[in-house]
Amino acid sequence: MRRFILIFVPYVWLIALFLIPFAMVLKIALSDIAISIPPYVPQFDWAEGIRAFLAQLDLENFTWLTQDDLYWKAYLSSLRIAVIATTFTLLIGYPIAYAMARAPTEWRPTLMMLIILPFWTSFLIRVYAWMGILSNEGILNQFLMWTGLISDPLVILNTNTAVYIGIVYTYLPFMILPIYSALERLDASLIEAAEDLGCSRFSAFWLVTIPLSKTGIIAGSFLVFIPTLGEFVIPSLLGGSDTLMIGKVLWEEFFSNRDWPVASAVAVILLLLLVVPIVLFQRNQQKQQEAEQ
Amino acid sequence: MTRMSWFNTVSLTLGFAFLYIPIVILVIYSFNESKLVTVWAGFSTKWYGELLRNDAFLNAAWVTIKVAVASSTFATVLGTMAAYVMVRGGRFFGRTLFSGMIYAPLVMPEVITGLSLLLLFIGIGLDRGVLTIILAHTTFSMCYVSVVVSSRLVTFDRSIEEAALDLGCTPSEAFRLVTLPIIAPAVISGWLLAFTLSLDDLVIASFTSGPAATTLPIKIFSAVRLGVSPEINALSTIMIAIVATGVITTSLISKRQVIRQRREEQEAERS
Amino acid sequence: MSNTVFAPWDDPSEQPLIKFENVTKRFGSFIAIDDLTVEIYEREFFALLGPSGCGKTTLMRMLAGFETPSQGVIDLAGQNIATVPPNLRSVNMMFQSYALFPHLSIWDNIAFGLRRERMPKDQIDERVSEMLRLTRLAKFARRKPHQISGGQRQRVALARSLAKAPKLLLLDEPLGALDKKLRQETQFELMDIQEKTGTTFVIVTHDQEEAMTVASRVAVMDHGKIIQIATPDKIYEEPNSVYVADFIGDVNIITGTATPSGDDTYAIQWSEDTAPLTAKSAIPFSTGDNCHVAIRPEKVAISADKPSEATNAVQGKILDIAYLGNSSTYHVELPNGAVIKAQTANTRRISRRAFTWEDTVWLSWTATAGVLLAN
Repeated sequence: MRRFILIFVPYVWLIALFLIPFAMVLKIALSDIAISIPPYVPQFDWAEGIRAFLAQLDLENFTWLTQDDLYWKAYLSSLRIAVIATTFTLLIGYPIAYAMARAPTEWRPTLMMLIILPFWTSFLIRVYAWMGILSNEGILNQFLMWTGLISDPLVILNTNTAVYIGIVYTYLPFMILPIYSALERLDASLIEAAEDLGCSRFSAFWLVTIPLSKTGIIAGSFLVFIPTLGEFVIPSLLGGSDTLMIGKVLWEEFFSNRDWPVASAVAVILLLLLVVPIVLFQRNQQKQQEAEQ
Repeated sequence: MTRMSWFNTVSLTLGFAFLYIPIVILVIYSFNESKLVTVWAGFSTKWYGELLRNDAFLNAAWVTIKVAVASSTFATVLGTMAAYVMVRGGRFFGRTLFSGMIYAPLVMPEVITGLSLLLLFIGIGLDRGVLTIILAHTTFSMCYVSVVVSSRLVTFDRSIEEAALDLGCTPSEAFRLVTLPIIAPAVISGWLLAFTLSLDDLVIASFTSGPAATTLPIKIFSAVRLGVSPEINALSTIMIAIVATGVITTSLISKRQVIRQRREEQEAERS
Repeated sequence: MSNTVFAPWDDPSEQPLIKFENVTKRFGSFIAIDDLTVEIYEREFFALLGPSGCGKTTLMRMLAGFETPSQGVIDLAGQNIATVPPNLRSVNMMFQSYALFPHLSIWDNIAFGLRRERMPKDQIDERVSEMLRLTRLAKFARRKPHQISGGQRQRVALARSLAKAPKLLLLDEPLGALDKKLRQETQFELMDIQEKTGTTFVIVTHDQEEAMTVASRVAVMDHGKIIQIATPDKIYEEPNSVYVADFIGDVNIITGTATPSGDDTYAIQWSEDTAPLTAKSAIPFSTGDNCHVAIRPEKVAISADKPSEATNAVQGKILDIAYLGNSSTYHVELPNGAVIKAQTANTRRISRRAFTWEDTVWLSWTATAGVLLAN
């Protein structure tokens, strides 16, 4: 009985507030927009019965998504931004994680804390911090002009460059932590063994360190890639009007155009896009767990 | 350990500079006299004063704290239950669905979570306000709590629970007297995580809040959309100071505890 | 049989404390315990010995109540306990990891079980003090488990499980985490405490020396079955199978065919170019039966010249010498390629001893030195 309650309460909670809402998104994605409250038809009506209700659902919104090239472009541009930003995060994050793992043992907890600390501070504030730096009169332009490297301010804010900077900045800890934990477990004598067997420093790194930190690299990349794909705050604060990201499109479709059915259809497709990386990520985590046992 | 190579030193220095310089600049400019954030016009704390007189911000802060306390507490209870079920529950009907529902919100884009919950609340005719934000935040942060707690439960020596049963505890006494005190640190950090997630959340709150309940992130977002303002810098500085103090204090306390425990263990072995 | 010897298993009027009757335990398709029947008597120190995965731990966990048998009956003092939950059994267990509650002091750890019984406070105080005295832990009462050494933690675990005065105490590899020297001291301490409290102990171990030292009877297990139950000396001297002979201590196994040659005596043909061996056996063999002679190395004598009156004598060359301090084991290769181990006590200083590598020596043993086994 006690065991039943223990399972039942969180189970029902999740079904009611996760599974059912999601089913509703799917249902509304198949409905039509209407000028009413809520702004879609059909509304479910017990009197008409399920069959009549189902008959009114159609794939019209999805057809619409394929016809209007705004959505196509937004999906592709989200993917491109996510891939490029993840690559940059990896290239910046790996040396930091590597240096942390090679730091003296007594420093490591402090370094870890310093990496995690920004994660606890508000995401919104961290994105906002860059607005003051990247604007035309911002600190970065002031600094560059003072050094004489440039004579006219660079336009960075409200471009894709600012979006990349924002993503790398906010998601860097997610990249560093899994790579660090993979590298920290790495037995230092393996590198010595490789060098003893004739590897140069660089080839030992390439042939031993990189392959052994592969699970960390993969985990970190997915941890950056997956949330970036649906990102809303960064493109809307740092990006320009030409920055197309699907999270932003969904938001505007919902709040500005009040087209709930299309917003829901966008959400369904975004989720379908995410299924592949999520499954790959899960598989990577499983492999890692099995390797640890 | 040998001395660090120059390459490692440089990457650490640059890395931490990248992480912290924006925050430092943000804090510095919160003390700027000028309304123009980018021009330094001398030291002043007037924006903090302005902030304290801004009722809209204070109200939003109060709503945010209420939501965060309530949702993180519910999320901790539900998440701990879910973790216990996942690690110790054995087999039951729909276990795969259950674990899927625990992990899915972690990777679900916030816009989708927010949208779906909004549709639910409208569908069942629940007025949007503090309650709906609490429900939404509880749902996604309970999954984070359950991940934190279950990773502690997995490393928990099960024979300690068995020893409690063996010495005459009923299963619920064993949980109360033995399991809970031992996993308490993980439960507390789960609560803290849920609390900060709730404090931080813009997207889900935007979808699920009504005109009567505006949280601080929603307020900040609508303000910064119009551009940089020194008042927001002041607000950010206060929030950063609170979080940094909290994180640094807890990590110092736990570090000291680890050191003390290790020293006592060494002494015990020597005696 | 004299009265002073403790041997309730030989007394048909004694009732066993624990009775396993045809108990089977399956985990999915894996059979952990296979139709097992065993009886354990009051005040016994009973050892379950076997390699890991042989089912000894499952057997113990069924006694504690953490596993329920798939089939069969487990009786404790005449009551079937197969479905009684662990918290309602008068059985306590000492865990391999000790499972001390890290958030409670030593005193509270020991008092934990007594408090669950709602024992009055003054009685708890008295009982805990008694346990602390018994295990010589009085001055650590206020410490937490991480503040005491491994050996002390082991004694806390023992005190905690004994505090409720259980009918039966289960010990799961109780000394596994201790280093060798401490383990030997603690073995005697365990026997002492068992004797003082008069509790029935069932110990699970994979360490045969430990089982032989502490136990009144040893059950050797393999693949969910008990292969042999006997007193330690019988297990060692009269193993009932090659498995037991091989598992307990060091042994030479010589395989051959038996031919009866008189009163319980058999000639064993084991190699074409050597004379048959002679061995006595209580188990009958017919002509041509396969058999194994199990001979302990210390029962094989080694000499430079052929002994004049030995029943069995073979010549060979020393291949290896393992010097163990108190004794040396010689590996002697016979002309047919077989290697036989012989052990001698090092009663003399090393410089005075005679044999070295490549020496040709004679090995000899009596007809009763070995045990003749069918399988």
